[in-house]
Amino acid sequence: MSAAEYPLAPNPAEEWRGKKRRYDLVKEAVIALVAVTGLTLVLAAVFSSPDVKPVTIAQWASADPQDFLATAVSELDGTSGVATYGPPYTHVPGAGQNIVGHFSLQRLVGVQLPIEPARAFVLGPLAIPAQTDPVLARAIVEYNRATPAERQAWDQAFAKAVDRGLVAGRLNLTPGNYGPVPTLMAGLLQMARSGGLDGALVSTDRFYQTNFTKALLFLSDGSYLENLASKQHLLGSQWGMMNETGNFPGQAWLWLYTFWYQISPFKSSDNADAQIWGIMGILSLAFILIPFIPGVRSIPKWIPIYKLIWRDYYRAASKANAPPTPSG
Amino acid sequence: MSEGVESSTWTGRVRDAGVAAFPPDRLLPDSQPVYVASWVYVFGVLTLAAFTVVLLSGAVIALAGPAWWHTSSLGHYVNSVHLWSTELFFFFMVVHLWGKFFMAAWRGRRAMTWITGAVSFLVSIATAFTGYLSQQNFDSQWIGGQAKDGLNASGIGAYFNVLNYGQMLLWHVLLLPLAVGLLIAGHILLVRRRGVVPPLPAEKEEQ
Repeated sequence: MSAAEYPLAPNPAEEWRGKKRRYDLVKEAVIALVAVTGLTLVLAAVFSSPDVKPVTIAQWASADPQDFLATAVSELDGTSGVATYGPPYTHVPGAGQNIVGHFSLQRLVGVQLPIEPARAFVLGPLAIPAQTDPVLARAIVEYNRATPAERQAWDQAFAKAVDRGLVAGRLNLTPGNYGPVPTLMAGLLQMARSGGLDGALVSTDRFYQTNFTKALLFLSDGSYLENLASKQHLLGSQWGMMNETGNFPGQAWLWLYTFWYQISPFKSSDNADAQIWGIMGILSLAFILIPFIPGVRSIPKWIPIYKLIWRDYYRAASKANAPPTPSG
Repeated sequence: MSEGVESSTWTGRVRDAGVAAFPPDRLLPDSQPVYVASWVYVFGVLTLAAFTVVLLSGAVIALAGPAWWHTSSLGHYVNSVHLWSTELFFFFMVVHLWGKFFMAAWRGRRAMTWITGAVSFLVSIATAFTGYLSQQNFDSQWIGGQAKDGLNASGIGAYFNVLNYGQMLLWHVLLLPLAVGLLIAGHILLVRRRGVVPPLPAEKEEQ
Protein backbone atom coordinates (compact mmCIF):
# COMPACT_ATOMS: atom_id res chain seq x y z
CA MET A 1 0.00 0.00 0.00
CA SER A 2 1.47 3.35 -1.03
CA ALA A 3 0.40 6.97 -0.58
CA ALA A 4 0.01 7.28 -4.37
CA GLU A 5 -2.57 4.50 -4.32
CA TYR A 6 -4.56 6.19 -1.54
CA PRO A 7 -4.31 9.98 -2.05
CA LEU A 8 -5.61 11.97 0.92
CA ALA A 9 -7.15 14.65 -1.30
CA PRO A 10 -8.00 13.07 -4.66
CA ASN A 11 -8.84 15.61 -7.34
CA PRO A 12 -12.41 14.83 -8.47
CA ALA A 13 -11.83 16.56 -11.83
CA GLU A 14 -8.97 14.25 -12.78
CA GLU A 15 -9.15 10.62 -13.76
CA TRP A 16 -8.47 8.33 -10.81
CA ARG A 17 -4.92 6.96 -10.87
CA GLY A 18 -4.92 5.33 -7.46
CA LYS A 19 -5.55 1.72 -6.58
CA LYS A 20 -8.43 -0.11 -8.23
CA ARG A 21 -10.46 -3.13 -7.20
CA ARG A 22 -12.23 -5.81 -9.18
CA TYR A 23 -15.87 -4.81 -9.73
CA ASP A 24 -18.29 -6.85 -11.82
CA LEU A 25 -21.01 -4.40 -12.89
CA VAL A 26 -22.96 -6.89 -15.00
CA LYS A 27 -22.95 -9.51 -12.24
CA GLU A 28 -24.10 -6.87 -9.75
CA ALA A 29 -26.92 -5.78 -12.08
CA VAL A 30 -28.10 -9.35 -12.66
CA ILE A 31 -28.09 -10.14 -8.92
CA ALA A 32 -29.95 -6.89 -8.21
CA LEU A 33 -32.58 -7.67 -10.86
CA VAL A 34 -33.13 -11.19 -9.53
CA ALA A 35 -33.31 -9.98 -5.92
CA VAL A 36 -35.68 -7.07 -6.64
CA THR A 37 -37.89 -9.25 -8.85
CA GLY A 38 -38.09 -11.89 -6.11
CA LEU A 39 -38.82 -9.30 -3.41
CA THR A 40 -41.52 -7.66 -5.55
CA LEU A 41 -43.21 -10.99 -6.34
CA VAL A 42 -43.32 -11.81 -2.62
CA LEU A 43 -44.60 -8.36 -1.60
CA ALA A 44 -47.29 -8.53 -4.30
CA ALA A 45 -48.37 -12.01 -3.17
CA VAL A 46 -48.46 -11.10 0.52
CA PHE A 47 -49.87 -7.56 0.44
CA SER A 48 -51.71 -7.41 -2.95
CA SER A 49 -52.93 -3.98 -4.12
CA PRO A 50 -56.05 -1.86 -3.53
CA ASP A 51 -58.88 -1.58 -6.04
CA VAL A 52 -61.90 0.14 -4.50
CA LYS A 53 -64.63 0.35 -7.14
CA PRO A 54 -65.24 3.79 -8.65
CA VAL A 55 -68.31 5.72 -7.61
CA THR A 56 -70.97 5.98 -10.29
CA ILE A 57 -73.48 8.79 -10.62
CA ALA A 58 -76.20 6.13 -10.44
CA GLN A 59 -74.82 5.03 -7.06
CA TRP A 60 -74.67 8.63 -5.85
CA ALA A 61 -78.23 9.43 -6.93
CA SER A 62 -79.55 6.30 -5.22
CA ALA A 63 -77.53 6.55 -2.02
CA ASP A 64 -77.82 10.30 -1.43
CA PRO A 65 -80.57 11.83 -3.61
CA GLN A 66 -80.67 15.00 -1.52
CA ASP A 67 -76.98 15.73 -2.17
CA PHE A 68 -77.46 14.83 -5.82
CA LEU A 69 -80.38 17.22 -6.23
CA ALA A 70 -78.65 20.00 -4.30
CA THR A 71 -75.65 19.65 -6.62
CA ALA A 72 -77.79 19.51 -9.75
CA VAL A 73 -79.75 22.65 -8.89
CA SER A 74 -76.51 24.46 -8.00
CA GLU A 75 -75.34 23.73 -11.54
CA LEU A 76 -78.55 25.28 -12.82
CA ASP A 77 -78.38 28.43 -10.69
CA GLY A 78 -74.64 28.94 -11.18
CA THR A 79 -73.54 28.49 -7.55
CA SER A 80 -71.76 25.13 -7.90
CA GLY A 81 -68.04 24.60 -7.56
CA VAL A 82 -67.50 24.37 -11.33
CA ALA A 83 -69.84 27.29 -12.08
CA THR A 84 -67.82 29.58 -9.78
CA TYR A 85 -64.43 27.96 -10.53
CA GLY A 86 -63.15 30.19 -13.29
CA PRO A 87 -60.34 29.08 -15.63
CA PRO A 88 -59.81 26.62 -17.19
CA TYR A 89 -63.54 25.69 -17.08
CA THR A 90 -65.75 28.76 -16.72
CA HIS A 91 -65.67 32.48 -17.46
CA VAL A 92 -65.99 34.06 -14.02
CA PRO A 93 -64.51 37.57 -13.67
CA GLY A 94 -61.74 37.60 -11.06
CA ALA A 95 -61.93 33.85 -10.33
CA GLY A 96 -58.67 31.92 -10.19
CA GLN A 97 -55.92 31.61 -7.61
CA ASN A 98 -53.11 34.14 -7.27
CA ILE A 99 -49.51 33.00 -6.85
CA VAL A 100 -48.23 36.38 -5.63
CA GLY A 101 -50.32 39.52 -5.11
CA HIS A 102 -52.84 39.61 -7.94
CA PHE A 103 -50.67 37.61 -10.35
CA SER A 104 -52.54 34.51 -11.49
CA LEU A 105 -51.23 31.97 -13.98
CA GLN A 106 -54.69 30.42 -13.90
CA ARG A 107 -56.31 33.59 -15.24
CA LEU A 108 -53.39 34.22 -17.59
CA VAL A 109 -53.91 30.86 -19.30
CA GLY A 110 -57.67 31.40 -19.43
CA VAL A 111 -60.58 29.10 -20.19
CA GLN A 112 -59.16 26.23 -22.22
CA LEU A 113 -61.66 23.51 -21.22
CA PRO A 114 -64.93 25.44 -21.47
CA ILE A 115 -67.93 24.05 -19.60
CA GLU A 116 -71.39 25.58 -19.29
CA PRO A 117 -72.61 23.86 -16.10
CA ALA A 118 -76.40 24.17 -16.56
CA ARG A 119 -76.19 22.82 -20.10
CA ALA A 120 -73.37 20.30 -19.50
CA PHE A 121 -74.77 18.65 -16.35
CA VAL A 122 -78.56 19.16 -16.49
CA LEU A 123 -80.22 20.51 -19.63
CA GLY A 124 -77.97 18.74 -22.15
CA PRO A 125 -78.36 15.25 -20.62
CA LEU A 126 -82.12 15.76 -20.07
CA ALA A 127 -82.58 16.31 -23.79
CA ILE A 128 -82.09 12.54 -24.23
CA PRO A 129 -85.10 11.30 -22.14
CA ALA A 130 -87.08 14.36 -23.29
CA GLN A 131 -87.20 12.80 -26.74
CA THR A 132 -89.72 10.25 -25.42
CA ASP A 133 -91.17 12.24 -22.49
CA PRO A 134 -93.36 15.18 -23.62
CA VAL A 135 -93.83 16.52 -20.06
CA LEU A 136 -90.08 16.73 -19.60
CA ALA A 137 -89.68 18.21 -23.09
CA ARG A 138 -92.18 20.99 -22.24
CA ALA A 139 -90.41 21.67 -18.94
CA ILE A 140 -87.10 22.14 -20.76
CA VAL A 141 -88.70 24.49 -23.29
CA GLU A 142 -90.36 26.49 -20.49
CA TYR A 143 -87.08 26.75 -18.58
CA ASN A 144 -85.11 27.82 -21.65
CA ARG A 145 -87.70 30.46 -22.61
CA ALA A 146 -87.83 32.01 -19.13
CA THR A 147 -85.96 35.19 -18.26
CA PRO A 148 -82.77 34.87 -16.18
CA ALA A 149 -84.64 36.42 -13.22
CA GLU A 150 -87.43 33.83 -13.46
CA ARG A 151 -84.95 30.98 -13.69
CA GLN A 152 -83.05 32.28 -10.69
CA ALA A 153 -86.23 32.55 -8.62
CA TRP A 154 -87.28 28.97 -9.53
CA ASP A 155 -83.77 27.57 -8.91
CA GLN A 156 -83.40 29.27 -5.55
CA ALA A 157 -86.88 28.21 -4.38
CA PHE A 158 -86.08 24.62 -5.35
CA ALA A 159 -82.65 24.78 -3.68
CA LYS A 160 -84.35 25.84 -0.43
CA ALA A 161 -86.76 22.94 -0.71
CA VAL A 162 -83.83 20.56 -1.16
CA ASP A 163 -82.22 22.09 1.93
CA ARG A 164 -85.35 21.27 3.92
CA GLY A 165 -84.66 17.65 3.09
CA LEU A 166 -86.64 14.63 2.03
CA VAL A 167 -89.79 13.32 3.64
CA ALA A 168 -90.42 9.61 3.10
CA GLY A 169 -88.00 9.63 0.20
CA ARG A 170 -89.67 12.57 -1.54
CA LEU A 171 -88.76 16.24 -1.61
CA ASN A 172 -90.53 18.40 0.97
CA LEU A 173 -92.04 20.71 -1.64
CA THR A 174 -94.25 23.25 0.07
CA PRO A 175 -96.34 25.43 -2.28
CA GLY A 176 -94.01 27.87 -4.01
CA ASN A 177 -92.73 29.35 -7.23
CA TYR A 178 -90.66 26.47 -8.62
CA GLY A 179 -91.61 26.73 -12.28
CA PRO A 180 -90.58 23.65 -14.27
CA VAL A 181 -87.56 22.92 -12.04
CA PRO A 182 -89.18 20.05 -10.05
CA THR A 183 -89.99 18.30 -13.33
CA LEU A 184 -86.42 18.81 -14.56
CA MET A 185 -84.91 17.57 -11.31
CA ALA A 186 -87.21 14.55 -11.08
CA GLY A 187 -86.24 13.67 -14.64
CA LEU A 188 -82.55 14.08 -13.91
CA LEU A 189 -82.77 12.00 -10.72
CA GLN A 190 -84.56 9.22 -12.58
CA MET A 191 -82.04 9.37 -15.41
CA ALA A 192 -79.14 9.31 -12.93
CA ARG A 193 -80.53 6.35 -10.96
CA SER A 194 -80.93 4.36 -14.17
CA GLY A 195 -77.27 4.97 -15.08
CA GLY A 196 -78.19 7.11 -18.06
CA LEU A 197 -76.47 10.22 -16.69
CA ASP A 198 -73.17 8.32 -16.31
CA GLY A 199 -73.21 7.68 -20.03
CA ALA A 200 -74.56 11.09 -21.01
CA LEU A 201 -71.75 12.95 -19.21
CA VAL A 202 -69.02 11.18 -21.14
CA SER A 203 -70.74 11.00 -24.52
CA THR A 204 -69.87 13.34 -27.35
CA ASP A 205 -70.64 13.33 -31.05
CA ARG A 206 -67.95 10.68 -31.52
CA PHE A 207 -68.25 6.96 -30.79
CA TYR A 208 -65.13 6.27 -28.66
CA GLN A 209 -64.84 8.09 -25.31
CA THR A 210 -61.80 8.57 -23.09
CA ASN A 211 -62.49 11.90 -21.39
CA PHE A 212 -64.24 11.89 -18.00
CA THR A 213 -63.80 15.60 -17.22
CA LYS A 214 -67.50 16.46 -17.06
CA ALA A 215 -68.51 13.38 -15.05
CA LEU A 216 -65.70 13.86 -12.53
CA LEU A 217 -66.35 17.58 -12.15
CA PHE A 218 -70.04 16.90 -11.48
CA LEU A 219 -69.17 14.19 -8.92
CA SER A 220 -66.63 16.52 -7.28
CA ASP A 221 -69.26 19.25 -6.93
CA GLY A 222 -71.31 17.05 -4.61
CA SER A 223 -70.52 15.94 -1.05
CA TYR A 224 -71.03 12.22 -1.60
CA LEU A 225 -67.58 11.57 -3.10
CA GLU A 226 -65.90 13.70 -0.44
CA ASN A 227 -67.67 11.86 2.39
CA LEU A 228 -66.44 8.52 1.03
CA ALA A 229 -62.92 9.93 0.65
CA SER A 230 -62.97 11.17 4.23
CA LYS A 231 -63.68 7.61 5.44
CA GLN A 232 -60.63 6.46 3.45
CA HIS A 233 -58.43 9.23 4.96
CA LEU A 234 -57.92 10.83 1.58
CA LEU A 235 -58.90 14.43 2.26
CA GLY A 236 -56.35 17.18 1.75
CA SER A 237 -56.41 17.86 5.49
CA GLN A 238 -55.61 14.17 6.05
CA TRP A 239 -52.42 14.21 3.94
CA GLY A 240 -54.75 12.89 1.24
CA MET A 241 -52.65 13.05 -1.93
CA MET A 242 -50.01 10.70 -0.54
CA ASN A 243 -52.50 8.18 0.91
CA GLU A 244 -54.12 5.21 -0.76
CA THR A 245 -57.47 3.56 -0.11
CA GLY A 246 -57.32 1.03 2.72
CA ASN A 247 -54.01 0.44 4.46
CA PHE A 248 -51.86 0.40 1.34
CA PRO A 249 -48.87 2.67 0.86
CA GLY A 250 -49.61 5.54 -1.48
CA GLN A 251 -47.42 8.20 -3.00
CA ALA A 252 -45.23 8.74 0.07
CA TRP A 253 -42.84 10.72 -2.11
CA LEU A 254 -45.43 13.53 -2.21
CA TRP A 255 -44.98 14.16 1.52
CA LEU A 256 -43.42 17.60 1.10
CA TYR A 257 -46.13 18.78 -1.30
CA THR A 258 -48.87 17.50 1.01
CA PHE A 259 -47.13 18.91 4.09
CA TRP A 260 -47.81 22.54 3.12
CA TYR A 261 -51.56 21.93 3.12
CA GLN A 262 -51.40 20.93 6.79
CA ILE A 263 -49.93 24.21 8.10
CA SER A 264 -50.88 27.88 8.29
CA PRO A 265 -51.30 30.05 6.33
CA PHE A 266 -51.87 27.56 3.51
CA LYS A 267 -54.49 25.39 5.19
CA SER A 268 -56.89 28.35 5.26
CA SER A 269 -55.66 30.31 2.23
CA ASP A 270 -57.93 30.83 -0.79
CA ASN A 271 -54.79 30.76 -2.92
CA ALA A 272 -53.19 27.71 -1.25
CA ASP A 273 -52.85 25.63 -4.42
CA ALA A 274 -51.15 28.40 -6.38
CA GLN A 275 -48.87 29.34 -3.49
CA ILE A 276 -47.86 25.74 -2.75
CA TRP A 277 -47.17 25.07 -6.42
CA GLY A 278 -45.04 28.20 -6.45
CA ILE A 279 -43.09 27.02 -3.41
CA MET A 280 -42.66 23.51 -4.80
CA GLY A 281 -41.51 24.94 -8.13
CA ILE A 282 -38.79 26.96 -6.40
CA LEU A 283 -37.77 24.03 -4.16
CA SER A 284 -37.64 21.64 -7.14
CA LEU A 285 -35.44 24.04 -9.06
CA ALA A 286 -33.18 24.45 -6.03
CA PHE A 287 -32.99 20.66 -5.68
CA ILE A 288 -31.88 20.31 -9.30
CA LEU A 289 -29.34 23.11 -8.95
CA ILE A 290 -27.80 22.08 -5.59
CA PRO A 291 -24.29 21.83 -7.12
CA PHE A 292 -24.40 25.59 -7.81
CA ILE A 293 -25.96 26.85 -4.56
CA PRO A 294 -23.33 28.12 -2.10
CA GLY A 295 -23.91 26.82 1.40
CA VAL A 296 -26.27 24.02 0.39
CA ARG A 297 -23.55 22.35 -1.67
CA SER A 298 -21.25 22.46 1.38
CA ILE A 299 -23.67 20.66 3.72
CA PRO A 300 -22.09 17.24 2.98
CA LYS A 301 -18.76 18.55 4.32
CA TRP A 302 -20.38 19.72 7.55
CA ILE A 303 -22.38 16.54 8.20
CA PRO A 304 -19.71 13.85 8.01
CA ILE A 305 -21.84 10.99 6.73
CA TYR A 306 -19.25 10.68 3.96
CA LYS A 307 -16.79 9.44 6.58
CA LEU A 308 -19.05 6.45 7.16
CA ILE A 309 -19.49 5.79 3.45
CA TRP A 310 -15.74 5.91 2.73
CA ARG A 311 -14.49 4.70 6.12
CA ASP A 312 -12.47 1.83 4.62
CA TYR A 313 -10.76 4.21 2.24
CA TYR A 314 -9.89 6.76 4.92
CA ARG A 315 -8.52 4.01 7.17
CA ALA A 316 -6.30 2.69 4.37
CA ALA A 317 -5.27 6.20 3.32
CA SER A 318 -4.35 7.04 6.88
CA LYS A 319 -2.07 3.97 7.06
CA ALA A 320 -0.54 4.58 3.62
CA ASN A 321 0.26 8.20 4.39
CA ALA A 322 1.48 7.70 7.95
CA PRO A 323 5.15 8.58 8.44
CA PRO A 324 7.31 5.45 8.51
CA THR A 325 7.92 4.16 12.00
CA PRO A 326 11.58 4.18 12.92
CA SER A 327 13.03 0.72 12.77
CA GLY A 328 14.24 -0.65 16.05
CA MET B 1 -11.64 2.31 -43.09
CA SER B 2 -8.25 1.72 -41.61
CA GLU B 3 -7.60 2.40 -37.93
CA GLY B 4 -6.63 5.97 -37.04
CA VAL B 5 -8.13 7.48 -40.19
CA GLU B 6 -11.02 9.87 -39.57
CA SER B 7 -14.22 8.92 -41.38
CA SER B 8 -15.81 11.35 -43.81
CA THR B 9 -19.31 9.95 -43.40
CA TRP B 10 -21.85 11.14 -40.78
CA THR B 11 -22.19 7.56 -39.61
CA GLY B 12 -18.46 7.18 -39.20
CA ARG B 13 -18.18 10.44 -37.32
CA VAL B 14 -20.94 9.47 -34.91
CA ARG B 15 -19.23 6.11 -34.37
CA ASP B 16 -15.82 7.70 -33.85
CA ALA B 17 -17.23 10.26 -31.40
CA GLY B 18 -19.04 7.49 -29.52
CA VAL B 19 -15.95 5.32 -29.26
CA ALA B 20 -13.83 8.31 -28.21
CA ALA B 21 -16.27 9.29 -25.46
CA PHE B 22 -17.01 5.75 -24.37
CA PRO B 23 -14.20 3.31 -25.15
CA PRO B 24 -15.33 -0.24 -24.20
CA ASP B 25 -13.33 -0.39 -20.98
CA ARG B 26 -14.87 2.90 -19.85
CA LEU B 27 -18.40 1.89 -20.82
CA LEU B 28 -18.21 -1.51 -19.15
CA PRO B 29 -15.22 -1.48 -16.81
CA ASP B 30 -14.46 -4.58 -14.76
CA SER B 31 -12.62 -2.64 -12.08
CA GLN B 32 -13.43 0.44 -10.02
CA PRO B 33 -11.40 2.79 -7.83
CA VAL B 34 -10.68 1.22 -4.47
CA TYR B 35 -13.01 3.67 -2.68
CA VAL B 36 -16.06 2.22 -4.44
CA ALA B 37 -16.71 -0.09 -1.53
CA SER B 38 -19.93 0.61 0.37
CA TRP B 39 -23.53 -0.59 0.46
CA VAL B 40 -24.57 2.90 -0.64
CA TYR B 41 -23.30 2.14 -4.13
CA VAL B 42 -25.76 -0.73 -4.46
CA PHE B 43 -28.83 1.55 -4.39
CA GLY B 44 -28.19 2.94 -7.86
CA VAL B 45 -28.32 -0.48 -9.48
CA LEU B 46 -31.26 -1.50 -7.23
CA THR B 47 -33.16 1.53 -8.56
CA LEU B 48 -32.40 0.40 -12.08
CA ALA B 49 -33.53 -3.14 -11.28
CA ALA B 50 -36.82 -1.90 -9.76
CA PHE B 51 -37.38 0.33 -12.81
CA THR B 52 -36.98 -2.74 -15.02
CA VAL B 53 -39.60 -4.65 -13.00
CA VAL B 54 -41.93 -1.61 -13.17
CA LEU B 55 -41.59 -1.52 -16.96
CA LEU B 56 -42.05 -5.27 -17.39
CA SER B 57 -45.11 -5.50 -15.12
CA GLY B 58 -46.60 -2.45 -16.84
CA ALA B 59 -45.98 -4.08 -20.20
CA VAL B 60 -47.82 -7.23 -19.10
CA ILE B 61 -50.83 -5.12 -18.04
CA ALA B 62 -50.66 -3.32 -21.39
CA LEU B 63 -50.86 -6.66 -23.23
CA ALA B 64 -54.43 -7.26 -22.10
CA GLY B 65 -55.53 -3.63 -21.78
CA PRO B 66 -56.20 -1.25 -18.92
CA ALA B 67 -59.41 -2.93 -17.67
CA TRP B 68 -57.91 -6.43 -17.40
CA TRP B 69 -56.57 -6.17 -13.86
CA HIS B 70 -60.03 -5.31 -12.47
CA THR B 71 -61.59 -8.55 -13.69
CA SER B 72 -58.79 -11.13 -13.53
CA SER B 73 -57.02 -12.44 -10.41
CA LEU B 74 -53.83 -12.86 -12.45
CA GLY B 75 -54.24 -9.29 -13.69
CA HIS B 76 -54.71 -8.06 -10.12
CA TYR B 77 -51.51 -9.84 -9.09
CA VAL B 78 -49.58 -8.23 -11.97
CA ASN B 79 -50.97 -4.88 -10.87
CA SER B 80 -49.72 -5.62 -7.34
CA VAL B 81 -46.26 -6.34 -8.80
CA HIS B 82 -46.47 -3.01 -10.63
CA LEU B 83 -47.41 -1.19 -7.41
CA TRP B 84 -44.76 -2.79 -5.19
CA SER B 85 -41.98 -2.42 -7.75
CA THR B 86 -42.91 1.26 -7.93
CA GLU B 87 -42.73 1.58 -4.15
CA LEU B 88 -39.32 -0.14 -4.17
CA PHE B 89 -38.16 2.00 -7.10
CA PHE B 90 -38.83 5.19 -5.13
CA PHE B 91 -37.35 3.79 -1.91
CA PHE B 92 -34.11 2.78 -3.65
CA MET B 93 -33.97 6.03 -5.60
CA VAL B 94 -34.38 8.18 -2.49
CA VAL B 95 -31.64 6.30 -0.61
CA HIS B 96 -29.41 6.60 -3.70
CA LEU B 97 -30.15 10.31 -3.87
CA TRP B 98 -29.39 10.99 -0.21
CA GLY B 99 -26.22 8.91 -0.50
CA LYS B 100 -25.02 10.96 -3.47
CA PHE B 101 -25.94 14.18 -1.69
CA PHE B 102 -23.81 13.33 1.34
CA MET B 103 -20.97 12.31 -0.97
CA ALA B 104 -21.25 15.71 -2.72
CA ALA B 105 -21.24 13.63 -5.88
CA TRP B 106 -21.48 16.67 -8.18
CA ARG B 107 -17.80 17.53 -7.63
CA GLY B 108 -15.33 17.39 -10.50
CA ARG B 109 -17.51 18.34 -13.49
CA ARG B 110 -20.26 15.97 -12.36
CA ALA B 111 -23.01 18.61 -11.96
CA MET B 112 -24.87 17.28 -15.00
CA THR B 113 -24.83 13.79 -13.46
CA TRP B 114 -26.60 15.22 -10.39
CA ILE B 115 -29.01 17.24 -12.53
CA THR B 116 -30.06 14.27 -14.69
CA GLY B 117 -30.58 12.21 -11.53
CA ALA B 118 -32.63 14.94 -9.83
CA VAL B 119 -34.77 15.51 -12.92
CA SER B 120 -35.27 11.72 -13.22
CA PHE B 121 -36.65 11.73 -9.68
CA LEU B 122 -39.10 14.56 -10.44
CA VAL B 123 -40.24 13.04 -13.74
CA SER B 124 -40.64 9.68 -11.98
CA ILE B 125 -43.04 11.35 -9.54
CA ALA B 126 -45.12 12.60 -12.48
CA THR B 127 -45.02 9.12 -14.03
CA ALA B 128 -46.25 7.44 -10.85
CA PHE B 129 -48.89 10.15 -10.40
CA THR B 130 -50.37 9.50 -13.85
CA GLY B 131 -50.38 5.80 -12.96
CA TYR B 132 -52.56 6.51 -9.94
CA LEU B 133 -54.86 8.53 -12.21
CA SER B 134 -55.06 5.66 -14.70
CA GLN B 135 -56.22 2.99 -12.23
CA GLN B 136 -59.92 3.56 -13.07
CA ASN B 137 -61.01 3.11 -9.47
CA PHE B 138 -62.13 5.27 -6.55
CA ASP B 139 -58.58 6.40 -5.82
CA SER B 140 -58.21 7.71 -9.38
CA GLN B 141 -61.48 9.62 -9.13
CA TRP B 142 -60.51 11.26 -5.87
CA ILE B 143 -56.90 12.02 -6.77
CA GLY B 144 -58.02 13.55 -10.07
CA GLY B 145 -60.54 15.79 -8.32
CA GLN B 146 -57.94 16.93 -5.80
CA ALA B 147 -54.97 17.30 -8.13
CA LYS B 148 -56.82 19.38 -10.69
CA ASP B 149 -56.88 22.37 -8.33
CA GLY B 150 -53.10 22.53 -7.94
CA LEU B 151 -52.48 22.00 -11.63
CA ASN B 152 -55.15 24.53 -12.62
CA ALA B 153 -53.76 27.09 -10.17
CA SER B 154 -50.33 26.76 -11.80
CA GLY B 155 -51.81 27.09 -15.31
CA ILE B 156 -50.72 23.56 -16.25
CA GLY B 157 -54.15 21.99 -15.79
CA ALA B 158 -55.52 23.73 -18.86
CA TYR B 159 -53.26 21.54 -21.01
CA PHE B 160 -52.49 18.57 -18.72
CA ASN B 161 -56.03 17.57 -17.77
CA VAL B 162 -55.94 15.03 -14.93
CA LEU B 163 -59.65 14.28 -15.47
CA ASN B 164 -59.03 13.18 -19.04
CA TYR B 165 -58.38 9.46 -18.63
CA GLY B 166 -57.16 8.92 -22.19
CA GLN B 167 -54.62 11.72 -21.94
CA MET B 168 -53.32 10.53 -18.55
CA LEU B 169 -53.07 6.89 -19.67
CA LEU B 170 -50.96 7.82 -22.69
CA TRP B 171 -48.69 10.04 -20.61
CA HIS B 172 -48.32 7.16 -18.15
CA VAL B 173 -47.58 4.35 -20.58
CA LEU B 174 -45.56 6.22 -23.20
CA LEU B 175 -44.41 9.81 -22.77
CA LEU B 176 -43.29 9.83 -19.14
CA PRO B 177 -41.67 6.34 -19.02
CA LEU B 178 -39.81 7.28 -22.21
CA ALA B 179 -38.60 10.49 -20.54
CA VAL B 180 -37.52 8.62 -17.38
CA GLY B 181 -35.79 5.94 -19.46
CA LEU B 182 -33.86 8.50 -21.52
CA LEU B 183 -32.91 10.48 -18.39
CA ILE B 184 -31.69 7.35 -16.62
CA ALA B 185 -29.72 6.29 -19.71
CA GLY B 186 -28.10 9.72 -19.91
CA HIS B 187 -27.40 9.64 -16.17
CA ILE B 188 -25.66 6.26 -16.41
CA LEU B 189 -23.60 7.34 -19.43
CA LEU B 190 -22.47 10.42 -17.51
CA VAL B 191 -21.44 8.24 -14.57
CA ARG B 192 -19.41 6.07 -16.93
CA ARG B 193 -17.90 9.11 -18.66
CA ARG B 194 -16.87 10.99 -15.52
CA GLY B 195 -16.28 7.99 -13.28
CA VAL B 196 -17.42 7.54 -9.68
CA VAL B 197 -16.72 10.62 -7.57
CA PRO B 198 -13.71 10.15 -5.26
CA PRO B 199 -13.85 10.70 -1.48
CA LEU B 200 -13.85 14.17 0.00
CA PRO B 201 -10.38 15.18 1.23
CA ALA B 202 -9.42 13.26 4.35
CA GLU B 203 -9.25 15.30 7.57
CA LYS B 204 -5.49 14.90 7.88
CA GLU B 205 -5.08 16.72 4.57
CA GLU B 206 -7.52 19.46 5.55
CA GLN B 207 -5.63 20.41 8.71
